[in-house]
Amino acid sequence: MAEDVKPRIRVPSPAKKGEIIEIKTLVSHPMESGQRKDADGKTIPRKIINRMTVTYNGKTVFDAKLEPAISANPLISFFVKATESGQLDFTWTDDDGSLYKVSQTITIS
Amino acid sequence: MTKPLRRGLSRRQAVTALGVVGSFAVTLVPLRAEATPETARKLLNDLVKAEPKPGKVQIKTQEVAENGNSVPVTISVDSPMTEQDYVRELHVLADRNPAPGVASFRLSPANGKAEVQFRMRMAETQNIIAVAVMNDGSVWSTAREVKVTIGGCGS
Repeated sequence: MAEDVKPRIRVPSPAKKGEIIEIKTLVSHPMESGQRKDADGKTIPRKIINRMTVTYNGKTVFDAKLEPAISANPLISFFVKATESGQLDFTWTDDDGSLYKVSQTITIS
Repeated sequence: MTKPLRRGLSRRQAVTALGVVGSFAVTLVPLRAEATPETARKLLNDLVKAEPKPGKVQIKTQEVAENGNSVPVTISVDSPMTEQDYVRELHVLADRNPAPGVASFRLSPANGKAEVQFRMRMAETQNIIAVAVMNDGSVWSTAREVKVTIGGCGS
């Protein structure tokens, strides 16, 4: 399990029914590309978050496959149509198999 | 008696210095730019079935990126995002990075709007290529060049 990996999300809530809301996410993670070399000239092994998925009341609404070209501390935002009150579950998958999860309730006014 | 200060480089030193810089450029460039427009093309062929048509996709980013480590990019697609007409996949490639892949997103009508934002690394001046696959199987793409002042992959 990698240390210091902290996902942060911003979901506008309450939202109006049918409103298209922007969801912003940021994870503190080095996204080590596997291209860099250390002081001894040895390649630093790749270790990135390779996938991010978001479900809204259990249904997948966003699924991203990420490559080493994504910057450190990946900031990713996307849109979702607010249809019903419920829960958004975010999962980030690390190359080492670790899962970073965070959830957020969403209320429809 | 004091020694006179030497100013500037002698001709020989200048020539040697140029030679060193030159050999660096020769050895570093192929290492840093393993992706080429051809490898990007090949990856694109693996990702999408149909030949992309130009249009529908917009790439918003800096024209000149001072820091290649973190270039903010917004990709949007003209689509109503309804059950009848929506973007199914959105792929992003770069043609002069160590590898051509950047990210692939799966979208659905649940998104309401086909727009994603992220920050990417760019090793050098190159094209960002965004490709959208619609629910009817049609494929649309756009490319946009970003000039990079300081590359962000090897450092």
